Amino acid sequence: MKRSVQLLLALFAALALAACSTTEPADDTTDTTVQQDDGSDAEAEALARQRAAEEAERQRIAALLENTTIYFDFDSDAIRSGDMELLEVHAKHIQATGKKVILEGHADERGTPEYNLALGERRAKSVAQLMRTYGVSGSQIEVISFGEESPANPGHTEQAWQENRRVEIKYQ
Amino acid sequence: MKHICKKLVVLWLGLTAFAVNAEVQIYITEGRDDARPVAVVPFKFESASEVKVEPPHDFAKIIADDLRRSGKFKPVETAELPQSPSQITDVDIDAWKELGVDGVVYGVVKETAPGKYMVSYDLIDPYNDKAVMESSIPSGSYPLVDQSFHLMVLKTKLVNSDNFRWAGHIAADEIYEALTGERGAFATQIAYVQVDRLAAKPYNLNVADSDGFNQTNVFSSKKPIMSPTWSPDGNKLAYVSFENGRSEIFVQTIASGQRELIASYKGFNSAPAWSPDGSKMAMVLSKDGNPELYVMDLATKRLTRLTRHYSIDTEPSWNPDGKSLIFTSDRGGKPQIYSVSLAGGDADRVTFEGRYNAGAEFAPDGKTIVMVHQNNGNFHVAAQDIDTGNLTVLTKTSLDESLSVAPNSSMIIFSTVDGQQKVLSAVSMDGRFKARLPANVGEVKAPAWSPYIL
Repeated sequence: MKRSVQLLLALFAALALAACSTTEPADDTTDTTVQQDDGSDAEAEALARQRAAEEAERQRIAALLENTTIYFDFDSDAIRSGDMELLEVHAKHIQATGKKVILEGHADERGTPEYNLALGERRAKSVAQLMRTYGVSGSQIEVISFGEESPANPGHTEQAWQENRRVEIKYQ
Repeated sequence: MKHICKKLVVLWLGLTAFAVNAEVQIYITEGRDDARPVAVVPFKFESASEVKVEPPHDFAKIIADDLRRSGKFKPVETAELPQSPSQITDVDIDAWKELGVDGVVYGVVKETAPGKYMVSYDLIDPYNDKAVMESSIPSGSYPLVDQSFHLMVLKTKLVNSDNFRWAGHIAADEIYEALTGERGAFATQIAYVQVDRLAAKPYNLNVADSDGFNQTNVFSSKKPIMSPTWSPDGNKLAYVSFENGRSEIFVQTIASGQRELIASYKGFNSAPAWSPDGSKMAMVLSKDGNPELYVMDLATKRLTRLTRHYSIDTEPSWNPDGKSLIFTSDRGGKPQIYSVSLAGGDADRVTFEGRYNAGAEFAPDGKTIVMVHQNNGNFHVAAQDIDTGNLTVLTKTSLDESLSVAPNSSMIIFSTVDGQQKVLSAVSMDGRFKARLPANVGEVKAPAWSPYIL
């Protein structure tokens, strides 16, 4: 386990370095293409394109990691298909960094508070389960339910309820 | 009662000052057409001392307000009363018959020393001239006049500034019982959670008298408080607190403030419910993977598991016979009410009407269960008759939750949303009377009606 984490860390570091070096592509290309060789020119272009793609991917992942809340339907713990990618990115990040997270489950105010406490836990466990399938160790995840007691929006409207039916990923 | 009587006057004055700003007041939102007319005559005030100090509260008004709040009585306006007697010999029976009231209450508050009072009050039935024979009033305790045969209640009590309001509620209970044959539940208290999101400690567990007066704080926290519930002797509250970062169950002795952490298992700890004899507590723990019902022996702290199902099982409520519990489970796909024996065995489904029934509570008389029932997307209070299985929706409000039944099974208090404010509301068991108790500060929720406190 520890080995694989180190390996992944090394991989991440390499990716990060590769991404950084794209800021000075001019020097790289002049150094290696003195002969104006057509083949190596195309190679460099491919490399640059790959680096750009990697940079875009890195930025996409960073942006996704900024988002730590996913939302649910009423009385449901089903993860919406649109959130799968986000949770995969978090799972891989948690796995790669060895960080610990608390998954906070919440419910809207409709229905009863005690049932909603159970529902909040069920939502958080649903997220935990998915993260485990992506390889996150159970010891990195703690599940805490707040039921309807800690609303993101204290209002009593459809909009507030949508904002409150959620799981928050809290990095420790 | 105990914890109210023994407070120092100074402390009481301090609390009163607080209560003026923060107490929960009750408004009747839907009355009953068949509420019975009664008369409560303003009490006469007498004082032996030269400096007359008026009593802290209007004793007659406490009684009249209580009777009105039961939904069963409609006290006549003071201006319409034909006379103002203060003792039986003053009563003009014919005048009250003409007014057409089922009962007349009158009395005297006599100041015997500063802050000490002797309160005398009577209830008469103008139409029954044999009432005194059917009452528990000892012969010889009333003057031998014709009017005395109409007496239903005849009492004299010694009270002080501290317990003056409480004595008024006890008087209202006596009058209510004489008129209905059912024990009154005015001399009771309500525990509830008050949330003021702007305060340093936003979450407060408070206790107030059944009319919202005498609010006192039991516990305050930076983290949420849930599910307060009374011990059967009325001396303790069990509740869920998140003060350590997640839900745990505490028991607090009200008078001393002493707290005990009784359930802090892995996962969540929730939904405490004392057994009718007070020796056990049902609770819901997710320590074994998902929410299950357990019963804790409070002396040994040993747990017995009652349910085994991968679904949500929660919100236990004891059958008053102490032999079984009802609870919410979504084992059928949607939350419904089930029943399970304390001896173990399979759970039986109890509710069949509607797609969402949760948070059921047994009425103390064991004849009815009340629950949160979803209908057209709205969450209402509903009552189901145990024998017939008939379910009746009692409210029109749409976000009802946290139901608690009065010890005399006459009324249900619950939390709901009025406008954009979370408030407490009450509805009679037949749904025909409704009252609202808005919070002056923040929101109030999770009400729990105390047992009889005497």
